[in-house]
Amino acid sequence: MSEHIDRIRDIAQRLLAEGRVDMIVGFRKGTLPMMNEPCFIKTPTAVDQLVWDSHCGINLANYLVDRSETIGVIAKGCDSRNIVTHIIENKVDRDKIVIIGVPCHGMVDKRKIQSLADAEIEAVAEQKDQLVVTAGGNEMTVPKKDVLQENCRVCIHRNPVIYDELAGERTEEQSDVDRYADVHEIEALSPDEKWHFFEDLLAPCIRCYACRNACPLCYCPTCFVDESRPQWVGKGQDPTDVRTFHFLRAFHCAGRCTDCGACERACPVGINMRVFTKKLEKDCFEQYGWEAGLTLDERPPLDTYRLEDPQDFIK
Amino acid sequence: MKLVSIDKKDWEKGIERLRPRYRLFGPIREKTYHAFQRLDEGQLPDLAFANTRLSPKDIVFPQSKAILECSLDETKADHHIMKSIAGDDTPQLVLGIRPCDASALTLLDLNFNTDEVKDPYWIQAREKTTFFGLACDTPQSTCFCTSVGGGPFDEKGLDVLLVDADDRYLAKILTEKGAAAMQAAGWQDESDANALLERRRGAAEERIRSVVHTDRLKDIDILRLHGAPFWEDISFACINCGTCTYLCPTCWCFDIQDEVHQKTACRMKNWDSCMYPLFTHHTSGHNPRGTKLQRLRQRFMHKLKYFVDKHDAGIMCVGCGRCVHSCPVNIDIRHICNLMNQYSTEDACEAQG
Repeated sequence: MSEHIDRIRDIAQRLLAEGRVDMIVGFRKGTLPMMNEPCFIKTPTAVDQLVWDSHCGINLANYLVDRSETIGVIAKGCDSRNIVTHIIENKVDRDKIVIIGVPCHGMVDKRKIQSLADAEIEAVAEQKDQLVVTAGGNEMTVPKKDVLQENCRVCIHRNPVIYDELAGERTEEQSDVDRYADVHEIEALSPDEKWHFFEDLLAPCIRCYACRNACPLCYCPTCFVDESRPQWVGKGQDPTDVRTFHFLRAFHCAGRCTDCGACERACPVGINMRVFTKKLEKDCFEQYGWEAGLTLDERPPLDTYRLEDPQDFIK
Repeated sequence: MKLVSIDKKDWEKGIERLRPRYRLFGPIREKTYHAFQRLDEGQLPDLAFANTRLSPKDIVFPQSKAILECSLDETKADHHIMKSIAGDDTPQLVLGIRPCDASALTLLDLNFNTDEVKDPYWIQAREKTTFFGLACDTPQSTCFCTSVGGGPFDEKGLDVLLVDADDRYLAKILTEKGAAAMQAAGWQDESDANALLERRRGAAEERIRSVVHTDRLKDIDILRLHGAPFWEDISFACINCGTCTYLCPTCWCFDIQDEVHQKTACRMKNWDSCMYPLFTHHTSGHNPRGTKLQRLRQRFMHKLKYFVDKHDAGIMCVGCGRCVHSCPVNIDIRHICNLMNQYSTEDACEAQG
């Protein structure tokens, strides 16, 4: 359990007892190793159910929209940026959210951990920056940094950018990471190679929409893939339709995505669809100097027009 | 039931003899997991797997299938007249299906092949497919087949059951279709190793750790269960994706969609999911299951109560554990089933929520 959990529980208890919030949204312990379940609690005595550890990769900002309650939400860096985006987009009322910010040291990827073991993993215990993994009756110690979620590995906003309460000491931001190494690799491919790369990447997609539904940005009442009059995208397994879904969804997240990794985490067949949003994030950063969700005081570039907008990339 | 010994040295030879007679399917490793695929020339099934990510129901109930088509070219005499797309009768053989997934097929039969309704696509696919099951020696922590009338060596839905016995497979022939395939493969050496098979079965069953209780489900009042107070709590995490329904071997819902490609139109039969908001969306715009609580409740009521009441065949779940393992937010059917099974109330019928 993270050292932040006691503070989180104290804050949660106080907020509920004082009636400042109707409910707290956080995690409770899952029924499987390396999993926690998003939950809500409404009574101060229930705060002991809350957990916080390296398996809290799900983005809780996804649970804030279209609710009438005042909600206390536990938010790490990326989650808090999505809350900022929600507020700017008028999906969430700032006055109805109490943000319990938690500085994050990175969440781990259960698939990476499982791939290190020959047998099914029975338990994972955390000891500071190491994980003790039990599988097939054997124990092995793994440094957390070796099994971080890909987005956490290159994260430069680990501290919450907005909060009402802070549940721990701010952590140092990573400065020596190349956020776009993966994008550069793909950009360097020839068009044919790129085509095959994307074909291969999306071939296992079963159109379950776990990526879309785990994403806090995807809150359209009717998603474009679900429209039928007119039908924009086929619903079957035609590869053109599968690719259209992924490409268009990425475009709908352009300038808004905080690279929280919820999409990749949710995918049941392990597709690394973050390559699309990373490319668009890189373009927004390089062309507009924009990073999503860092401040409530600026509207996103794809939302605004200014005479001095850069346009040297328009040929 | 005849027991045959297949020396592993004869395995490949037998498969090559089957290849001209059957379209073969088996588990193939894809990146980080196994999936049932059509076996190409020379390709052997990779039987070193716990279970496949998706269930093999796709082989007899494809995720996406064109069932009717027509031409939109108005110069053609039969334009806009929908015609059936001829199915093909090529026999299929699935190698390595697990007993849980095979028994799921018998549950799907209860929906697709009844006195009142016969799904022609399902029936044709079932009739032309032979299933060689592979018994499980190392069940996963998420497996609970023994709680739902199944087991790691269960025979329901199978034509042959294979048991890995180190240097050989023991093959228990269960049906005439199975016998025909065994003969085609040339696997005919009879064996009397029944005792060994039974020992393996016992050892495998003992390894199942998950227990799910279903004994009271039939007797609990349906409306009380529907109005139970725990639905709000257990549905909160759900993100209404289709992962559980698409990975599930017993889910059977489908949607009909028309699609147009230039001058051809076709009518598609695609898997659908009760988790999707569109699932019960009426043309009037009304949606009786517009909230995620209603949809999640419906999924578990269907699997664990409505089906139980309607069919007297236990719950609509074979304990494969895929939904437990793959749900992105750890919604756990084992936990929910136990919650439902132990639910009781002394109060009068609660208001529906």
